[in-house]
Order: sequence, then structure tokens, then C-alpha cells
Amino acid sequence: MSLLDIENLSLTIGDTPILRGMELSVAPGEVMGLVGESGSGKSMTALTVMQLLPHAARATGRVSFDGIDILAATEDQMCALRGDDIGMVFQEPMTALNPVKTIGEQVAEGIRWHTRASRAAAEERARKMLDRVGLPSAKFPLSRYPHELSGGQRQRVVIAIACALKPKLLIADEPTTALDVVLQAQILDLLRDLVAESRMGLLLISHDLAVVTEMADRITILRHGEVMEAGDTARTLSQQLHPYTRQLAQASMHVPARARPHGAGSGQPLLQVEGVTRDYPGRRSSLFKRAPDIRAVNDVSLSMAPGQSVALVGRSGCGKSTLARMILALDRPSSGTIRFRGETVTGKNEAELKPARRDMQVVFQDPYGSFDPRQKVEKLVAEPLHVLDKKPTRAERREMVAHALHEVGLDQRDMDKYPHEFSGGQRQRLSIARAIITRPKLVVADEPVSALDVSIRAQILDLFAELNQKLGIAYLFITHDLTVARAITDEVLVMHDGKIVERGKTNEVLDHPQSEAAKVLVTAAPDLHRAIARRMQEQG
Amino acid sequence: MTAYLLKRLTIAIATLVLASMVVFAVLEILPGDPARLMLGMNASADQVDLLRNQMGLNAPLPWRYLHWAGGLLSLDFGRSYTYSVPVIDLVRERLAVSLPLALIALALSTIIAIPVGLFSASRRGRAGDTVAMGAAQLGVAVPNFWFALMLIYVFAVWLRLVPAGGFPGWGAGPWPALKSLLLPAVALALPQAAILARVTRSALIEVLNEDYIRTARAKGLPYRAVLWRHALRNAMIPVLTILGLQFAFLLAGTIIIENVFYLPGLGRLVFQAITQRDLIVVESVVMLLVAAVIAVNLLVDLSYAVVDPRLRSRQ
Amino acid sequence: MTLHIDIPEETFASILAKAFRNTAFVAGFVITLLVLAMAIISYVWTPYDVTKLVISDKTQAPSMAHWFGTDHFGRDILSMVMVGARNSIAVALVAVGIGMGAGVPLGAFAAARGGLVDEALMRLNDLVFAFPALLSAIMITAIFGPGAVNAIIAIGIFNIPVFARVARAGALAIWPREFILAARAAGKSSTQISIEHVLPNIATLLLVQGTIQFALGILAEAGLSYLGLGAQPPMPSWGRMLFDAQTRMVVASWMAIFPGMAIVVTVLGLNLLGDGIADILDPKSRRQR
Repeated sequence: MSLLDIENLSLTIGDTPILRGMELSVAPGEVMGLVGESGSGKSMTALTVMQLLPHAARATGRVSFDGIDILAATEDQMCALRGDDIGMVFQEPMTALNPVKTIGEQVAEGIRWHTRASRAAAEERARKMLDRVGLPSAKFPLSRYPHELSGGQRQRVVIAIACALKPKLLIADEPTTALDVVLQAQILDLLRDLVAESRMGLLLISHDLAVVTEMADRITILRHGEVMEAGDTARTLSQQLHPYTRQLAQASMHVPARARPHGAGSGQPLLQVEGVTRDYPGRRSSLFKRAPDIRAVNDVSLSMAPGQSVALVGRSGCGKSTLARMILALDRPSSGTIRFRGETVTGKNEAELKPARRDMQVVFQDPYGSFDPRQKVEKLVAEPLHVLDKKPTRAERREMVAHALHEVGLDQRDMDKYPHEFSGGQRQRLSIARAIITRPKLVVADEPVSALDVSIRAQILDLFAELNQKLGIAYLFITHDLTVARAITDEVLVMHDGKIVERGKTNEVLDHPQSEAAKVLVTAAPDLHRAIARRMQEQG
Repeated sequence: MTAYLLKRLTIAIATLVLASMVVFAVLEILPGDPARLMLGMNASADQVDLLRNQMGLNAPLPWRYLHWAGGLLSLDFGRSYTYSVPVIDLVRERLAVSLPLALIALALSTIIAIPVGLFSASRRGRAGDTVAMGAAQLGVAVPNFWFALMLIYVFAVWLRLVPAGGFPGWGAGPWPALKSLLLPAVALALPQAAILARVTRSALIEVLNEDYIRTARAKGLPYRAVLWRHALRNAMIPVLTILGLQFAFLLAGTIIIENVFYLPGLGRLVFQAITQRDLIVVESVVMLLVAAVIAVNLLVDLSYAVVDPRLRSRQ
Repeated sequence: MTLHIDIPEETFASILAKAFRNTAFVAGFVITLLVLAMAIISYVWTPYDVTKLVISDKTQAPSMAHWFGTDHFGRDILSMVMVGARNSIAVALVAVGIGMGAGVPLGAFAAARGGLVDEALMRLNDLVFAFPALLSAIMITAIFGPGAVNAIIAIGIFNIPVFARVARAGALAIWPREFILAARAAGKSSTQISIEHVLPNIATLLLVQGTIQFALGILAEAGLSYLGLGAQPPMPSWGRMLFDAQTRMVVASWMAIFPGMAIVVTVLGLNLLGDGIADILDPKSRRQR
């Protein structure tokens, strides 16, 4: 018998349909992967099981957990279930813990509530649980507050809360999306072990097909609130019977077609970074003392040829974004020089930087945050034209914007719209249009596709590749995602603790990493090919 | 923790010193010679000059400031020109009215506002919330002195429950004194309570939308327990901020309210002193009020650290 | 404390449509409009001449001839309330203008510069906040003489740090956004960025604060003129009318009731308007509906 059975579940919030005829089941000890792109209704499925839906939500159908009809259960019955028989782990570890309570209190709270145990007994159990999730009490006493922990550690605390009472079902909603690949691998390992230890059922929700394939016994693929395909993970993904499954899988492994990469070494390098270091002053610990400086970037040197596509990969906090900002002259190095087209950019003021800015543009990660919502597309895309010596007339400006929009596959009529009228993928196209409007020689892209759904991501990668070929733009891709690096770059630089620890041809480095940091990154990175192969092998 | 405390303390002291300079400077540039005021229009120039020397008014400016500031520190505020008594005695006498008034008002406002805010936030959108917030909306709009007039009309003129004004002093026992402070305190407190209730409600609602509230509910805690254990403490910070600001409002409010009720308090003293150009009294009382505001703000800063561990461990 | 600003992504038309479904906004808008209309009409017409004393008509209870009754000089209270409105509104509005005009650039500048400039400005703010506003306003008006102009200055000065704080907090929430970084990468100066990107995005925040300070200004003006430090007779003002009413409340309660109601209604209208605007433009409040 299944632990969780969802039959013909439909959900509306206000007048918006979220789920239609949803079917899903989880058996004890089984890992069920629920996959879908944003807006497919996967988080709402989890919240329906927990009965933590927004007020305006209406659910019909049948959800039964361990013989209990969830949709008919009273709030008191649900309170008894939540945290005791069903645990839940959320996406955002940075905000999931109460900042004014210690981690001990927060883990022990659920234990005390459900078991009526004494404070001491509950704390003892909490200590054991934290120990189990990898936060030993010697280093992480119960009296720690959430802000004293890193994102990965906080997610461990959230898992400890969810698993403290050995629930029969654990729901994990994108538990690793906010973490870098190495932490992701660690957290997934932990979840896998916890499930195996106490025969928990796990409902793992993710947008990442590779992650789900590595973890799940069975998989349910959701799109626009409807189940597209469901079944055994290995079979579903190897056969790819349903067109949407195939589309998702192919998009996840997509590599844009690119002609031979531009040869390096021909003539003058485009960008030269020489011995660049960036220190941030340490926090003042008292009136007279300061903590030692934090060295975000430590003596980094690199060079890029015109038209070359280079990836800068590393874990979060390794200093890659700081380095990118210094290259873009948005931040000043503490020491070292950066030369662009042979000219030094370090130490120059805004007026002197204008010629360099013309040839150097940027694409950011967040397609929503990178546009001023109060301005129209025309003005936004035209913003870099500000650095031209000769200001274009209004007609010329419209012409240039129209051309840039055309190049990224948008309609020129789009220039009179506001950014909110576009989808995430379209906005990233706008972002690219803005970056190429001055015909730059270098585009620095900071995680440009990591906020996008896989199918959109594939299209944007294609666009990057196409523009690289057509316009000869050199790219510096900042990413923690090795599949992106593999898909679109010729060379890769691996950064760790502010230093570049390895560099070379992308395929060579990713296939045969030499440095410890690169090895860790490569092993931790989820890979759909590898995951499917392993699944097939396991099942013979 | 110590770093945070030291920083706040340093800022508080610096603000106090700057404020004292401002007060001194403003009153220094005022037209009107205090010696001339004391002696009257018929005094000769020599007499005025003699008194100026006696009062130290002819000394250089920085020296006079230091002398004055030093006096403040040793609670020697000088003598009032109009009352011809040491200012400290005047202040002490008036403080016996104003301090209880402000404290009763603050207590009343808090006791009313926080439960109303909690009630409203937990019943958001329902009838109780709408009524409570409608009343609060009205309360914010009522000028306290008009409200005071209405209170006098209803409770003193019609019902004759309390005196319409005046203060019998504490000598006659606490009850008559408290009775005459009751209406003024209510008049001061209710508009403030309305503001505080609105802030409490919106702070709670903001917090209730946080991710950690969902985590707490996912533990199986019922809504009420989540509200009390997780939401309230996090919502305290904006509430404390407003509470600190309200203290300054209350102090200023006493000036008008004491005038409405003919209470011999600090507010009335400073108002009369301003109109009578009794500068020594004005300086002293203003400095006292400013010091009180700064001290309360420091207290609020410290209570942030008690509520929020992130401030405590910032090292 | 950091401020979180959700920027609504909507067109003007859809915001307008939403505005007229919002009860608080509509009520506030209508009340504010009525009070404004009353003030404007008083320039061309009032039921009676407020400067003419008709002792034979003194302290008459409300009637068909005098809807709000008459005062101790026989003046029509409705007419005085109408004329008083323009005084209150003018003082509060100009004071908001002073506060915004000086405070917003200061706050935006502090946020754009950061560091020592920011620190110094914030400490200056602390300094001003250390003086209870009404007390200082009383001092200013007492020193420079009572009157509407000095009341405006006194109230306006204390609006400056309020707007500086709000503008700074709002701007600090906007500055780390990626679109600001994009503008910097396009070579825009911090002044250009402040004007083109930051200010438009904190405009609603300032608008809401503006209505709040407007309402507080009306209350403060009433307080000052109650103490005799605002507009001087024979110009009627709401606060002054209440002062006159105080000793005559037993025989002429209407003298206290109507001017007070005028203050309450005006302030209520402005607060509702501010709440309405905040509600309409805050996506979070929408999500909860």
C-alpha cells in the first residue's frame, strides 16, 4: 500500500487553475521525483499535502496519507501530522529559520510539541539529530543562531527539524536549488541516507532532471498542472516515450552548435588581468580593533583573446563575481592591473573609462532584477549608447534598438513595452540585446542562464553561441554550472578561495581535472547522461 | 555585543553634546538681554553691565558654553530670571507632574495597542480586524488636545467624575493627584495607541509572511503557537522603534495637554518660559527633554540587541 | 535595518483601475477632494463674512441659518471652518514641500555616496530627531514671532529628516539591484542613476510618506495655532477656534465640536489616501488578497 496517494487532484487559487487531475503516489522507503518547469504546480502539490496552501486555494480530488483523508482533515489533525509523520524541507535555507531563536530551540520545538518530552529530553534528541545531519555539537552547539551558519549548514538544520521525529514521509521542495553544486551533492547524500535509514518515503521536488534522476526510484513529470508522464526513473528517461519528457531531457543536455572556436594567440590579447587582488576591510570588532581583511580575490592573472569564450567556474563565494566586477570596472582592485585592448582600466575615472565601456558589456543572472521596471524597453536597451561619443538622434536610437532586438530574436515592436510584459527567457534576450547594442568586444555574463528553465536555457545558450560566431564577441561566463561551461566555452578557469587553481581547454579540464577544487566540482556536478547510465546499470 | 553597545553609546553622547551646542547657540543669538529683562527698562546701563558681569554674560562664548554645560552636568541649572529661584527646584517640582503623566500615558498606550495589534493581525480581514483598524484609523486622526476637550466635556462637565483641570499636588495623597492625571493621560495615550496598534499589526503581518513561519507551521505548531512563539518576537523591532519615537511625541504632547488641563508640569513651564523669554529655564528644560529622548533611544537600541541575536554577535 | 521594496510591474491604466476598486483609496480621495474644494470655494464664497463681528448673533446653536452655529463674536462657524481649511492645508502642504525638497535629495545623496557622507548625514538626522518636533516648533514660532509663515518653517524643518530617512532607506534598497549595476556598466554617473532609476522607483514610497506628513502637518498646525503660535486673528484657524471654544464649552459645545471634526475628517481622509496608495502599489498586500 502507498504511503501517500494523490488521485485526481485539482487545485485552483482564486480563479487560476494550478493543478488538473494530478496523480501521484509514494510508497514507504521510496523516493519519488516530481519534476517540472516553473509554474508547473509542483510546489503547490507539496503545500496541498501539508495543507499549508494560501487562503484562496480550493482543492478537489483525493489526497490520502497513511489512510487519512488529507483534504477532509481538520487543522488539529493536520497539526498532529505535520512535523511528526510528514516533514518538509524548503528551498531557501537563508530565510527558512527564525533569526531570533537558537538552532537548538528550533529543532527541539517540534519534538517537545509532538512528544510532550521535557526540555532536557527534547534537547538531547535535538543534539543527536543535529549530529546526524552533520552538525556535531562540539562545533555547532544548540545555542548557535541561524545567522552564525552558512547556507548549507542552515539547510542541514532545516532537514534536522523535518526529520527529528522520523516522519513517514519527507517532502523536499527544491532543497538544493539555492546551494552550489558541491553543497548540493552533500545535501542530496544526506537526504538519501536519512531515507534509507528509517524507510522514509521521500517526495523530491526539483526542476533539475539530473538531480531527480540521481535520487529517485520513480519520477512524475508535471507540466502546466498536468502529469505528462510517470513511472520508473530509468525506464522513463531512457525510453523518453512522451514528447515532453524527450524535450526536457534533450534541453538538459543541450550543447549549442558552434563552428571551430576562435584561435587564441593571434595578435594582441583583448583582456589582460595581472596580479589582481581585492581585499575587503574586516568588520570592526570593537572601537579600536578590526577583524583581519578578507581577501576575496588573491593575485589573479588571466588573459583572453578576441572572440574567445572563457568560463570562470567555482563554488559560491570563491571570488568569481568580485573578479568579474573588477574587470567591468565596477569595483577597484586593491592591487594589480587590468588592461583592456592594451589600455589600463584600473584607476581611471568614469569619463576616461567611456571608450572601454563601449567595448565591454554585461549580462546578469536575474532576468527580473536586471531591468528597471519603470522604463520602457527602448530606453533600457539603449542605455549603453550613453557611452558613445556622438549621441544618436531619437530616430537613430530607435533604429539601433530595433536592430539589436532583431538580433536576439525579438520583434522591434517590443521596444514600446515594459519589461514585465516579457517572460523570463525573453527578458534574458533583452538583457543580451542591451549588451550587444554598442557592438562590444567583450561580454561578461554572470550566471546568465541559471535562473531559467531548462528549455529556455537551451535557447539562450544557442543565442550566445550564435552571437559569438556572428559578431565575434568574446565571452567571460561566470558560472558554477559545469554543463553551461561545457556547452559554450573554449577555455575554463577554475577559481577557489580567491585564486585561479586550474586553467585549460574546457573539455580537458572537465574530463580530467587536476586540482582538488576542480575534481570536487566535477564529481559533484549532476549530469543527466551519467545519472541515466548509472540507473540502467543498477537495474541491469 | 560590546562593540554594538559602545557604538550606540558613543553616538548617544555625541548627539547630546551636539544638541547642547545647538541649544546654547540658538538661545545665544536670540534678541533680548536677560540682564535688561531682569532689571526692567528703567535700569541704567551701568547697572545692567554690572549684572551682566555677575551673571557671567560678558565672558567669551566658548567659556560661557563650558560653564553652562558644566553646570548642567552638576545639576546646577542656574536661576530663573522670572521666578528668581534655582531652575533645578522648578524642574524638580514640575517633573513630579510631567513624569508620572508621560509614564502613565506610555503604559496605557502600550497596554492597549499591543493586544489590539495582535488581535487584528491574527484575525486579518475579518470583522474584528476591520472594526479595530477602523477605530485605530480614527484614533490617528484625532488631535490630542481636541480629544482632551471632548473628554473634559464628557467626564468632567457632564458626568463630573474627575476634575476638569488643575493639580492638587501629591501632598494630599496619591489618589486625588492620580485622578487629575487620568484624563490627560488618556488624551495623550489614545492617539499614540492607535498608531502603535497599526504598527504592531502590520509588523506582525509582515513577519507572518516570512519563510520561517512556514517552517514553524510545517513542524506541526498550531497557528496561535506560531504567532506567539515565532512571530511576536520578530515583530518587536519595528514596534520598539515606534515606541521610542512616541516617547518624544509624548513629551512634546505634554506641552499642549498640560495647557489644556492647567497642569503645572514641565511642558507648561517651558511654554511659559518661552513666551516670557526666561532663557535659563528654556535651555534647561529643553536640554532635559532632549537628554530624555536620547536616553530612551539608547534604551531602544539596547533592546534591539536583546531581541535580535544578529546585533548581539556582530563582531 | 534594511528595507525591502517590491516594485510593482504594472501600467498606469491598470493601477488606476485597481485604485478605484480600493475602498480606502476612494474614501480618502473623495474626502481629501472635498476638503480641498471647501478651501478653494472659501476664496470666492462663504456663507457669511468671517471678519465681520455680529455681537447680536453671538453663541447661537446650530440652525438653518448657521449650520454649525456661531461663536462668541457672532461669526458663522461653518464659514470659519471653510476659511480655516485653506490655512491648514497651505501650511501643511508647503511644509511637506520643504521636507521633500530638501530631504529627498539629501537622502538619495547619502545612499548614493555611502561611507562618511552617509554616516554624517544620518548622525545629523539623529540630532534633529533628538528634539521633540513640537517643542522645537514652539520655540521657533515663539522666537521669530507667531504666524502662518513661521509655522510653515517650523513644521517644514522637521519634515526634512523624515523624508531624508525614507528616501535613504528606499534608495539603499534599490542600489544593490542588478539594473543599477547595468546602468553603472553603461557608464552612468551616480547622479544620473539616482535621477533616472532610483527616484522613480521610490516615488510611491515618498508619495505615501507625503500623505502621512501632510496629515501630521495639519495636526501640528492645529496644535501651534491652539497655543496661539499659528495664524493670527482675525484669520480663522482650526486650532485657534478650539482655543476660543475651550472656556465656553459648557454653553457652546458646537464651538469645539465642528472645528475638531474638520481636523479629524481632513486627517482621516489623508491617512486613508496614503493607506490606499500603499495598498494599491504594494504587491505583497495584493498577494494576500
